Amino acid sequence: MLTNILTKEDTHKQLFTMGHTGCSGCAQSMAVKLIMEVLGKNTIATSATGCLEVFSTKFPESSWNIPWIHSLFENSAAVASGIEAALQITGKKEGVTVLSQAGDGGTADIGLQALSGMFERGHDVLYVCYDNGAYMNTGYQRSGLTPYDSFTTTSPSGKISFGNNRPKKYMPEIAMAHKIPYTAVASTGYPIDLQKKVKKTLSIKGPKYLQIDVPCVPGWKYEPRYSVKIAQLAVQSGLYPLFEAEYGKVVSVKKISKRVPVEEYLKLQGRFKHLFKNEAGKAEIEKIQKIADENIEQFGLL
Amino acid sequence: MKKVLEGSMAISDSIRMAEPKVISAYPITPQTHIVEHLSQMVADGDLKAEYVMVESEHSAASVVLGASACGVRTYTATAAQGLLYMEEVIYNIAGMRLPVVLTVANRAVSAPISIWNDMQDSMALRDSGAIQLVAENNQEAYDMHIQAYKIAENPNVMLPVMVCVDGFVLTHTFEVVETIDHIEKVREYLPPLNMEYTLDINNPFSFGTVGEPSVYIETRFRLSNAINNSKSVIVDAANDYREMFGKYEGALIDPYKMDDADTVIVAMGSVLGTIKDVVDELRESGKKIGVLKIRSFRPFPADEITDALKNIKNAIIIEKAVSLGKGGILSCEIRDALYQHRINSVNVNGYIMGLGGRDITPKNIYDLIIKAEKQEDVDGEFYGLNNELLNKVF
Ligand SMILES: Cc1ncc(C[n+]2csc(CCOP(=O)(O)OP(=O)(O)O)c2C)c(N)n1
Ligand code: SF4
Ligand SMILES: [Mg+2]
Repeated sequence: MLTNILTKEDTHKQLFTMGHTGCSGCAQSMAVKLIMEVLGKNTIATSATGCLEVFSTKFPESSWNIPWIHSLFENSAAVASGIEAALQITGKKEGVTVLSQAGDGGTADIGLQALSGMFERGHDVLYVCYDNGAYMNTGYQRSGLTPYDSFTTTSPSGKISFGNNRPKKYMPEIAMAHKIPYTAVASTGYPIDLQKKVKKTLSIKGPKYLQIDVPCVPGWKYEPRYSVKIAQLAVQSGLYPLFEAEYGKVVSVKKISKRVPVEEYLKLQGRFKHLFKNEAGKAEIEKIQKIADENIEQFGLL
Repeated sequence: MKKVLEGSMAISDSIRMAEPKVISAYPITPQTHIVEHLSQMVADGDLKAEYVMVESEHSAASVVLGASACGVRTYTATAAQGLLYMEEVIYNIAGMRLPVVLTVANRAVSAPISIWNDMQDSMALRDSGAIQLVAENNQEAYDMHIQAYKIAENPNVMLPVMVCVDGFVLTHTFEVVETIDHIEKVREYLPPLNMEYTLDINNPFSFGTVGEPSVYIETRFRLSNAINNSKSVIVDAANDYREMFGKYEGALIDPYKMDDADTVIVAMGSVLGTIKDVVDELRESGKKIGVLKIRSFRPFPADEITDALKNIKNAIIIEKAVSLGKGGILSCEIRDALYQHRINSVNVNGYIMGLGGRDITPKNIYDLIIKAEKQEDVDGEFYGLNNELLNKVF
């Protein structure tokens, strides 16, 4: 329920303002807003090429009321490294957050090398991966973070295929393997938890990795009003475990409060509708349930 | 002070004088010595800079991009595959009008893999919007880097500058170099970087926004104007440098023994040394021959070159790169410059030589002069091939 209604003037004062061209119901834009509320104006941000960059900075307009830079698709973490280095050497780093942002493709595929370098060098940067499970900006192609059996335009379902035939790359564990001070997974379905995690990063020096599940209306093919609900179902089914890790060790998990079968999550989304057509599809849903069960077991989500 | 310096040392020493605040480094032969020397300077406290040891050239360029956008002076260096790997970022740096200076230790491009010198790598970036200056010897490499910052950071330019030095031939060769004794003088020549727009929490701007068809072409036009207009800035930088430090190696071009010449050899980089030796000898025997050094390849000094060549009979263009499927690059551009001015009295003889580190010998140059006197217009002919190898399977 909305408790306070913002006026147009209020939203223009926000650090990530209205007026951008994101789809209605875009969870990525919600996540940015939530993050900026916590980080505040002493933030310098980079964005990789992708939906967020395109929908927020159509020249001459920009939704960013903080210094912001977009360079390329795969170098968000490297550009942020350069910014951090410049701030350090000029004595301007104290009290300033360097925020590096990219989508799942810009993070886990093409940007993984630059990200790993940033982690390994120990830059004081908060890196946020907005995970909508595909290359959305270019029209919903498969990425390394596309979930098992999802339809995308390059992993379509068909007569002999159920869509993406590989499990989602476990990116947070890759981050953790760098033994960085803080890794967290959050969801726009749980904004308070998300903001709590962002807040925590403010007190930690060094590289921080935050991955956020951000449902995408046209990519996942659902009605805009379900954006929050779907994100919650991903967590409650065990498909998107939310947790925090420090120096490579899990230190907290968000427990599932009301467990649901994965079917509840899948059936709201057009990208999984081919699984609901026949018996073979049912068997696939069982496989996805198994992925959720394993997550629940691994992270102790119950 | 006069010192005997390896080219890489001369370059790193002049970078130390320019006082960049962020340096990114990734090894590739024949560039590596430069960033090694710089890392030692940082380790010894002789240069106060953040030295970022990146995981790739793509990130090397991206790090200096980010730092430069914060308004600090930056430096990186690369060669060959590394430069090609940076290409996307260099275009981006130019498009965002960031005054990054980088050294290219010119090296052949794979395949076949070769660590030896030619200019194919920097040529591949000729359309990127980066200024390209080419040094003839270690002294010039030293002086040119300090000038490069002056040019890049001029408010009317604000573009990356690539300083091209021949790999091994310069980077690994010891020569006498006269270095600047007092850093205060360099500071006077090169005042602190002062950028109008930076990533600043007190004055937020968005950099690198989306350019719709309604605005894109104008941004490219402005970029094009900026690099064209940098010609006068390059000239001023060279003249001011002469005034302050007493050294001058040319500005956009540098004519050598060209008065009354009827044959002129045009080239860039270290090969000019060999060419000048040959010309000195021939001049003694009474031949009217001169040399035209191209010091700025981008911006291309078409008018200045035309002016220098318009009254001669033969131009011999020696270049260490090729546009595959076309021929010579420099020779094509010189032909175009002459055509623009409706000058068709010059025989232009363009030769591709020295690729992958093949020596260009004085004998080669004598041969070309004899050929030029007999022949008209050669475009991008490969010269100095070993015919025995041509029918072998590699
Ligand atoms: C080097 C390079 N390759 C490909 C592209 C095309 N491209 C731009 S955005 C994008 C997809 C972005 O996907 P993701 O990072 O997941 O972000 P999203 O748009 O989904 O938020 C692609 C493939 C590019 N800009 N640069
Ligand atoms: S395509 Fe998806 S990620 Fe992109 S703006 Fe729309 S909802 Fe957001
Ligand atoms: Mg995505």
